[in-house]
Amino acid sequence: MSNSNEQPLLSVRNLRIEFPTRRGDLVAVDDISFDIAPGEILGVVGESGAGKSLTGAAIIGLLEPPGRIAQGEILLEGRRIDNLPYEEIRAIRGRQIGAIFQDPLTSLNPLYSVSRQLIETIRTHLPLNERQARDRALELLEEVGIPGASERIDHYPHQFSGGMRQRVVIALALCAEPRLIIADEPTTALDVSIQAQIISLLKRLCHEHGTAVMLVTHDMGVIAEAADRVAVMYSGRIAEIGPVQEVVRAAKHPYTHGLMGSIPHIGHHVDQLTQIQGSMPRLQEIPPGCAFNPRCENVTDRCRVERPNLQAAAHSEVACHLFDAPRDNSQMEARAGE
Amino acid sequence: MIAFLIRRLLQAIAVMAVVALCAFFMFQFVGDPVNQMVGEDATNEDREYLREQLGLNDPIPVQFANFAIKAAQGDFGVSYQHKRKVSILILERMPATLELAVTAAIIAALLGVPAGVYTGLRRFGFTSKLIMTLSLVGISLPTFLIGILLIYLFAVILGWLPSFGRGEVVKLGTWETNYLSVSGLKSIILPAVTLGLFQMTFIMRLIRSEMLEVLRADFIKFARARGLPNRLVHYGHALKNTLVPVITIIGLQLGSLIAFAIITETVFQWPGMGQLFLQAVQVVDIPIMAAYLILIAFFFVVINLIVDMLYYVVDPRLRVDLPSGGGHG
Amino acid sequence: MVEQTTESAHPSVPVTEISAGLPSTWHRIWDSDVFYSFRASKVTMVAAFVTFMIFFLATFAPLVAPHSPFDVATIDLMDAELPPAWEAEGDQRFLLGTDNLGRDLWSTILYGTRISLVVGFLSVIFGLVVGVSLGLISGYVGGFVDAFIMRVAEIQLSIPSILIALLVAGTLRGVLSAEAYNDAIVYVLVLTIGTSIWPQFARTVRGSTLVERNKEYVLAARVIGLSRLAIMVRHVLPNVMGPVLVIATINLAIAILTEATLSFLGVGVPPTEPSLGTMISEGQNYLFSGLWWITIFPGIVLAALVLAVNLLGDWLRDALNPKLR
Repeated sequence: MSNSNEQPLLSVRNLRIEFPTRRGDLVAVDDISFDIAPGEILGVVGESGAGKSLTGAAIIGLLEPPGRIAQGEILLEGRRIDNLPYEEIRAIRGRQIGAIFQDPLTSLNPLYSVSRQLIETIRTHLPLNERQARDRALELLEEVGIPGASERIDHYPHQFSGGMRQRVVIALALCAEPRLIIADEPTTALDVSIQAQIISLLKRLCHEHGTAVMLVTHDMGVIAEAADRVAVMYSGRIAEIGPVQEVVRAAKHPYTHGLMGSIPHIGHHVDQLTQIQGSMPRLQEIPPGCAFNPRCENVTDRCRVERPNLQAAAHSEVACHLFDAPRDNSQMEARAGE
Repeated sequence: MIAFLIRRLLQAIAVMAVVALCAFFMFQFVGDPVNQMVGEDATNEDREYLREQLGLNDPIPVQFANFAIKAAQGDFGVSYQHKRKVSILILERMPATLELAVTAAIIAALLGVPAGVYTGLRRFGFTSKLIMTLSLVGISLPTFLIGILLIYLFAVILGWLPSFGRGEVVKLGTWETNYLSVSGLKSIILPAVTLGLFQMTFIMRLIRSEMLEVLRADFIKFARARGLPNRLVHYGHALKNTLVPVITIIGLQLGSLIAFAIITETVFQWPGMGQLFLQAVQVVDIPIMAAYLILIAFFFVVINLIVDMLYYVVDPRLRVDLPSGGGHG
Repeated sequence: MVEQTTESAHPSVPVTEISAGLPSTWHRIWDSDVFYSFRASKVTMVAAFVTFMIFFLATFAPLVAPHSPFDVATIDLMDAELPPAWEAEGDQRFLLGTDNLGRDLWSTILYGTRISLVVGFLSVIFGLVVGVSLGLISGYVGGFVDAFIMRVAEIQLSIPSILIALLVAGTLRGVLSAEAYNDAIVYVLVLTIGTSIWPQFARTVRGSTLVERNKEYVLAARVIGLSRLAIMVRHVLPNVMGPVLVIATINLAIAILTEATLSFLGVGVPPTEPSLGTMISEGQNYLFSGLWWITIFPGIVLAALVLAVNLLGDWLRDALNPKLR
């Protein structure tokens, strides 16, 4: 749960996402719960197929059929939004929840000028006329750091570089000052040199506007840099969730621990980066018990039959049987202190 | 843009040259034009004289050059069958075919585009499935059978519309038009519907599949995520992006409309170029066949050029990449 | 680990991957979702049944047909233009009535369908053999040959097939005598129609060949002295089996239609041994005098045949390319 005492901005309760197939339902996201406080940046990390992008899509009501929310609820400022009629959730999208997608090259309509895309978004949500909307579009472009914004506003997407396009995408997401932004892999498609710029821009803007962010990524470096809290997802479930410092410095779940081991740190001498053996199971092959058990070094018989639930451990919550009893705790903390 | 146009023009000229070569070889290999032109009782001197007159004793490249130069000026010689200049025969019949093809194209586009958009947006709806099934039936019925069925229903049983011919045509200079008389308009309905039906189903299926493709695109997902109403997403972002491929195909289809008019003109005894061509095929009247081939190729090339230009209007990525070009567009 | 963009759109549901490149394509075609989709689609099953029935009846026309439309001795002009048996003036001997020459319509349709099917199948086989060979050569040899073949294919694809067919038919008419033309009409039609459909096969096979050509096993095969062409044929052909089958099915429908159209236009099968197209064309002249059956019955059979084959083609395409669904 959030550390703040105020009402969470976004609250996801027991969310379960299924894909019906003729061989039975595939459970892509399985009973996950988390909160995002106003202005907070929550990092969501996990491998490809862990369900993090699906969770983001479900929050803005853009889950693609046949995927569907089978169970649970999503609350925005205490109001349930997962079962709204199409027009109501549409009015929330862009206005209260913005979104940024992975690939800036394909996120923008190639046949529309940047100004047109900005203006149509602004005028959809705010009562401005064409002139005022254009002024606001220009302000936004300047704010996201497009040099010569007044000249470039009428350019088409292909006339911008990848990094500049992602800035345009961020401007589009910020058009109507949403309270929350779902950023789905915002830097993955960019050059490494641009990634840091985009992340710090996102972080600065959200700080200035008081916007909360759900930052979906598979890059622990991005999380460590930008997030306040982090949720680690594995096979459709949350393995561990907690303050970023604690999760990064003192990872509890063996999976998180493995993930942390794969980040190189400057100044730390390591002979070898650790690596998790094996790969995440496909959706139709998730083993009984803990989904991570075939790859876990600390696996017990219980892990193979009983599925662990999230439970408090220090300032975090973790879904692992090792943390059921205090003795396991000490063992893990000993390891985490390396 | 100018460099592009010049390149395209050169390509067009190359295509025309190849087609002209094909037409030329038809003359070379099929029959002896002299035999077609003189009577049985012509003397050998007569034949030889004609041969010399026609330049048939020249080397083949010279003959081809002469043929190409004449063809470029619209001179395709004299029809074996009609004993008249081919260019005049074709010009007389061109208005009938062009009016038929244009009317059919308008019908096809006016019905095909909205139906395609509709079935693309509501792919699982009952109406969409019904339209798709009907369109498959439409594709499976041969054009001539559709024509015959329409004649049977609207001309024979109901007696509403004429079953053949152009009706009364109004002369505008040398151009005879169907559009200015009631009888002409009534006459063009059945042939135009027959000709347009296949193109309509084609356009519809094409737009539908392009719509489905575009609706999966990231920028559509992002447009939805920005909260844009469906109206803007579907009829703005999605439809505009389907236009690029659709323009190509519709452009090419206009060419095939003229070609498929052969069938429709036969069914409805419509006095157009297609009927002229078909008669020529049946009696092996090579000058008309060659002229028709070159003319159709010419239409294709011109339509292709127009399609290329339309790309520039629709797709900004193809416009000149000025490094910091002003806000033209 | 690289995150896939498609993660949210498509979970890793097992799908039939036809172009995946393993030799067991046949096995997977019969084993996988294809049969499931066949069982799931009633329309497809009906289409398959109709296609089978028409194939069967046409193949065994001499055994099934009550009369022989080609046997002049059994044809009586007195029987001409009789309506179907259920009409007042109908004759029980002629279920669907008779045509203007007194031939039993049902029998004539059976024989006509036979001619339509023979021309259709032979045309597709001809187009397939030419197209697949040229596609293989194009992809294998590359360079100028490839550019030439593909340019020709491209130009031909942009010209309506009916026009090409008419030009070829017209030219052959000039080269052959009228009698020779009528005798060889089936071959003329096969050549004409087959010529108009090869480019699609060529393009598909070429694409697949280009992919295979650069794979390591081809290089390895060459190193150990095997003919690279033989290896390619062995590996490319199984891969393109699916798409080629789809193209062949859809083109069978097109070939049958083209044959009917050419016959309707008077450059196809002559009225003495009519195909469906010729029958419709002949019947059209009697439509105005109310003799609807001469045109309508062959028309229904033609439409049903083409529609059924089209439906099968559509189903095959969808079943072999799940992502297009």
